[in-house]
Amino acid sequence: MKELRLMKGNEAIAEAAIRAGADAYFGYPITPQSEILEYLADQNPVETTGMVVLQAESEVAAINMVYGAASAGRRVMTSSSSPGISLMTEGISYLAGAELPCVIVNVARGGPGLGTIQPSQADYFQSTRGGGHGDYRLLVLAPASVQEMADFVALGFDLAFKYRNPVLILSDGVIGQMMEKVELPEFRPRRKENESWATTGKTPGRERNIITSLNLDACIHEQHNIKLQAKYRRMEEEETRCEAILCDDAEYIAVAYGASARISRKAVEQAREQGIRAGLFRPVTLFPFPARELKTAAKNAKGLLSVEMSAGQMIEDVRLAVDCRIPVKHFGRYGGVVHAPGEVLEAIKTFQV
Amino acid sequence: MEIISKENLVYRPSELLTGATFNFCPGCGHGTVVRLVMEVVEEMGIQSETIGISPVGCSVLLYDFYNIDVIQAAHGRATAVATGIKRVLPEKYVFTYQGDGDLAAIGTGETIHTCNRGENIAVIFINNGIYGMTGGQMAPTTIPEMKTSTSPRGRNTDTMGYNLSITEMIARLEGAYYVTRQAVHNSAAVRKTKRAIRMAFENQKLNKGTSFIEVVSSCNSGYKMTPLQANRWMEENMFPYYPLGDMKVNGVLKV
Ligand SMILES: Cc1ncc(C[n+]2csc(CCOP(=O)(O)OP(=O)(O)O)c2C)c(N)n1
Ligand code: SF4
Repeated sequence: MKELRLMKGNEAIAEAAIRAGADAYFGYPITPQSEILEYLADQNPVETTGMVVLQAESEVAAINMVYGAASAGRRVMTSSSSPGISLMTEGISYLAGAELPCVIVNVARGGPGLGTIQPSQADYFQSTRGGGHGDYRLLVLAPASVQEMADFVALGFDLAFKYRNPVLILSDGVIGQMMEKVELPEFRPRRKENESWATTGKTPGRERNIITSLNLDACIHEQHNIKLQAKYRRMEEEETRCEAILCDDAEYIAVAYGASARISRKAVEQAREQGIRAGLFRPVTLFPFPARELKTAAKNAKGLLSVEMSAGQMIEDVRLAVDCRIPVKHFGRYGGVVHAPGEVLEAIKTFQV
Repeated sequence: MEIISKENLVYRPSELLTGATFNFCPGCGHGTVVRLVMEVVEEMGIQSETIGISPVGCSVLLYDFYNIDVIQAAHGRATAVATGIKRVLPEKYVFTYQGDGDLAAIGTGETIHTCNRGENIAVIFINNGIYGMTGGQMAPTTIPEMKTSTSPRGRNTDTMGYNLSITEMIARLEGAYYVTRQAVHNSAAVRKTKRAIRMAFENQKLNKGTSFIEVVSSCNSGYKMTPLQANRWMEENMFPYYPLGDMKVNGVLKV
């Protein structure tokens, strides 16, 4: 039976983690996502599903707790906002290097530095280029509604285990804080089976398992890197997700994810009312970026507008997707300011002159 | 091996060692403690229930030597990693093995908070007063006046601060259940250290908090001494700052 609830995006993610059969959550408070830890602490799922919830002493500790629990082949999640994610990046690099599955949530806020607690999309580079040191990628999902906040948790765990790779849910303060109706996902049991690679204790039937990102031999380490790259290429082949709205006949297409996609959708509707053939292309995965799909959607377009709450980061992927053959412009308020649909509409119109 | 009859066998390496050659310098205390841990795991018959966490430092390659499941942790984060896995596998025996730079400098926060939460794990802490792996730099545990590559004129406490006795701090935390300082410079000390490690593993069955074992150990390469000189230097100079003995047993402070 459908279970509908009015919830904040942050609460939806927390509830979805319990329902996705997560084994553990480790986190540290930071606005605008503290509701995730608070909601989980309040629900106390250790008494229902057995899910462990622990407030760590820092984001550094939290991500390393994730590393430990993920080494056991369990479903583990953490969440934070921009400055906290920066602190986690060493650990995230280790998770990627050791090929451990986990779900990391970033409810992004304005930077740089302590920045502001208002929403932002200025962590796009950090999210899609790996973030920490070394050649690695995270699989990045960008929810644009409270429903997707809920749905992407189980999806994130599935992808994390499919690829043995950390999955990042890149949200923003708008989606995290706003309330919407959400159909709650079904409960899934926690994992019973032991992963063949996990450090669960060496039983007589198998070789010992080692979780490490270290290789002293550079040639062996190059092979490891080649294997990782092959995995990222496979993601590019198989995991791109996107939504194209009114793009078939569109002359101008706004490309936007997360909160910017919702705002741009409104701008596109307003443009259509004024007789401007505008469309919206929404990447749902930011890595892998849906480049092929964007190229197809933009086949009749005369201009692409990368709408982001940043100084222009995704625009690089947009340009690459269309081989710079179509004019691509950036529009966005940033540093914590959220653009209005009217501003986006005006930016679309600049293609006409 | 066959020429040694069973009754004449006085010592054999633990069967839980893989046989891979230790990467430690000859004379280093690490080699002794590393084997003691596997002797305890073997004697307790808990190979299939034990998960080790290796640090960043000279003991980073524990997993090459141990025939058990091992996780390699980021520099300083071993106790956070141990917390993560112990919380999802509470029935297992979990231990960390860490140097002083790892545990008491970059990882101080994780160390204190893990022990303060009373995570039901064993922490084995090798205090050699120096950064071995990176070539003999000053550690938080480096004693006053001691020369290292980053305190070439000796540790000046006015500008470099004092040596950190983190184990005394740990002993005062409610979450710490067993805290002791041992050494491996002679066979009597080695036997005591082994008993301490055994206690730290046995304690995990009780679920009463963290067991923390410091082992004062020499780094002859870092001190630029022969193994024998290094052990003597350690006894004369380090033991006054790091007196051996139990600090907390069964949750009761001894000092
Ligand atoms: C984040 C980070 N910083 C620095 C290093 C370099 N590093 C490797 S081992 C080490 C010190 C290890 O010293 P200690 O913990 O005392 O162990 P020992 O080698 O003496 O056993 C340092 C600083 C690193 N690997 N990672
Ligand atoms: S450098 Fe020091 S601590 Fe490292 S193996 Fe050599 S003697 Fe031991």
